Amino acid sequence: MTAQLATRIPADLRGGTFSHGVHPAENKQYTAGKPIQRFAFPSELFLLLSQHAGKPSVPLVHPGQEVVRGEPIARADGFMSVPLHAPATGTIKRIDLVPTAKGPRKPAIILAVHPGESQEMLYGARRDIDAMTPKEIIQAVQDAGLVGLGGAAFPTHVKLSPPPDHKVDTILINGCECEPYLTTDHRLMLEQPEDLVMGTKILMRAMGADRAIIGTEDNKRDAAEAVRRVLPKDGSMTVKVVPTKYPQGAEKMLAKALVNREIPSGGYPSAVGLGVYNVATTAQIGALLPWQRGVIERVVTVTGPGLDKPGNYLVAIGTPLRFILERLGFQGGPQYLITGGPMMGDTVASLDVPITKGCGGFLIFRPEDVAAQTVPKTYPCISCGKCVEACPMHLNPCQLGKLAVKRRYLEMDEYHLFDCFECGCCSYVCPSGIPLVQYFRVSKGMNRELKAAAK
Amino acid sequence: MSAPRPQAELRTSPQLREPVTVDVIMRNVVYAMLPVCAYSVFQFGLSALALIVVCTAVCVGTEHLFCRVAGRESTVNDWSVIITGILLALTLPPSFPLWMAAVASFFGVAVGKVFFGGLGFNVMNPALVGRAFAQAAFTVPMTTWTPSMVAGRFTEFIPSTLTMPFMMPATNSDWLARVAPDGFTGATPLALMKFEQVSTDTVQLLTGTIAGSAGETSALLILVCGLYLIARKMMDWRITFGVLASAALLSGIFYLVDPEIYPSPLFTLFSGGLMLGAVFMATDMVASPETRRGVWIYGSLIGVLTVIIRLFGGLNEGVMYAILLANAMSPLISRVTQPRRYGAVKKVKSPA
Repeated sequence: MTAQLATRIPADLRGGTFSHGVHPAENKQYTAGKPIQRFAFPSELFLLLSQHAGKPSVPLVHPGQEVVRGEPIARADGFMSVPLHAPATGTIKRIDLVPTAKGPRKPAIILAVHPGESQEMLYGARRDIDAMTPKEIIQAVQDAGLVGLGGAAFPTHVKLSPPPDHKVDTILINGCECEPYLTTDHRLMLEQPEDLVMGTKILMRAMGADRAIIGTEDNKRDAAEAVRRVLPKDGSMTVKVVPTKYPQGAEKMLAKALVNREIPSGGYPSAVGLGVYNVATTAQIGALLPWQRGVIERVVTVTGPGLDKPGNYLVAIGTPLRFILERLGFQGGPQYLITGGPMMGDTVASLDVPITKGCGGFLIFRPEDVAAQTVPKTYPCISCGKCVEACPMHLNPCQLGKLAVKRRYLEMDEYHLFDCFECGCCSYVCPSGIPLVQYFRVSKGMNRELKAAAK
Repeated sequence: MSAPRPQAELRTSPQLREPVTVDVIMRNVVYAMLPVCAYSVFQFGLSALALIVVCTAVCVGTEHLFCRVAGRESTVNDWSVIITGILLALTLPPSFPLWMAAVASFFGVAVGKVFFGGLGFNVMNPALVGRAFAQAAFTVPMTTWTPSMVAGRFTEFIPSTLTMPFMMPATNSDWLARVAPDGFTGATPLALMKFEQVSTDTVQLLTGTIAGSAGETSALLILVCGLYLIARKMMDWRITFGVLASAALLSGIFYLVDPEIYPSPLFTLFSGGLMLGAVFMATDMVASPETRRGVWIYGSLIGVLTVIIRLFGGLNEGVMYAILLANAMSPLISRVTQPRRYGAVKKVKSPA
């Protein structure tokens, strides 16, 4: 009815973006002009068995075993899981606990890279994608160990398998990269547009969609142009440039911005006929699937004011952070290092954390940058409503924050606590310096606990 | 137990902050009010200056005192109490005895703000709480007006200004006979309108060469100062616009019904404290709703109540009570105007 009619109005007529959101300084100038460079292999790779959302992979190798670059070394444990592939030719040293970005140590396969090895890619065989059924493609995506490379690391083949009553008509390719500083998606669109288009084609076939929209923001017009030049002639794919705003790269915001559809609360994009995939994931699909290969490396932006040599690097999965940073001249401690972008990224617990599939960037601040972004004093909430104006989910962070302070966690359901995806807009704008997102993380945990206890 | 725990400082997202903090906003509101203060002093002279200084000093002192008594760090450096002091002074008649102004300031901050828990917890605008108290306790001085732009205003006080504490104000009649030999009725444009149906020229209202409270007489200047805050995104334009539009609309309807009795919308907009209230008082962030739709309702409520009180109430000015009432209702307004969250419509099915 009216709501349905409203969703039919093209986004163009409404300004072509989602409502609310914030405009933090973009700061992409450090690395936007730097071509992707291959990074050296370290002597040892640390391959976490759980780099994705879902069940950890199960090792297929034993210590002392020789592996070839690209060979599977761990298998998926069921549907909600993906396999792992050897990022380099070498010897399996052991399977042991290694530190992770959030702190706890987790099991990983430790691979000693053969020194002097050319690391030429020999694994894999050409196959004809056009001859494959959608089901076979989805299986191939799982076999390639593909997860959302935008940061969520959700297994891609799961996203490709919507409930049977959902008919997907449009694939959205997310090239917004709305986080400040990060430029991996920007460079990928510029340098590998053919892989991106190939991947988009595969995704369309797998989901039975007849059109695809590659969305990017107006601070990456050169990337949009590069992709436009290689689009297929049949008009099934288009590139759409939308105004730069954070968090446009969030699935739900992108759906609103590109096709003006709202993904229902708690539902999948397929509920409104959409499939949403990140540019980096799509380019990997385009590059890997025709060769029956798996994810073994990814592009990582290492940037920030605290670094002499910022850049976009192609890094083998499992490379320890310390190895990368030492080569780039970073001297400081882990407290100055943020994984991911500054809006949704956290500092790391240790520099010995390995690169995982989901991490698209590292941001290095100087102590003075950290000080400049730290609130000297927290004031009481003055109900200014700036957070309400900023929340892209149209929640009321002001009210939620007040309830959290009063520890009325269950009441927060009325204000839709679980619709919050922690984009950080509210904390960013809060003039009182209230750590709203942190409150909500705690509240979500407490809310779940209280509900479980009530059962 | 084996490996030493790594030394880490975990900071969770977001790592960036917009640099506009509460004290920056409050300071800018003070800046925006300074031209209004300056013009008030220009109009009414020494008495207005003394009034502003005394109100601000007592307000700041009260908050500081209570913080010390409560054993907390003083909160006066967030600048919000300075706004309260200046605002209160601007709503008082220029001839208001200073001791009464001091009492009103103390009451406004103590009862209107500190007792509720300080900044962020007050239900109503503390300056208006102080003014409401003054209206009740000191009714006669609160409705005693003096002409603006009198000669010698920069060299002498209006006699009632310097009334001794706990004394009734001295009469200003000798002084009035001296400075306004042509006769000053002691009526503001609003009183003239209400009780004698005499309208005042809009230009006079805009420039403020009329009688009235210390800071409410130049509607134009107040509007310009408000635009500064709006441009810096430190004030919600929707509230100001809602108040003014609804007041103009409602009074416009009455004016069309009978232009002989009822004031024109222009008169309504630019007379009395409506502009000061719409720009600086209704927009108090703490006491207004935080939702967008709520803000529209809140603003229109103030405009409508003001016009109703002005036209049908016992008082000739209704801005203060209109704002106080709307302040009291704002938590309720917020509650019923929660934003429609993204993805709330579950009916939307895939367009098959």
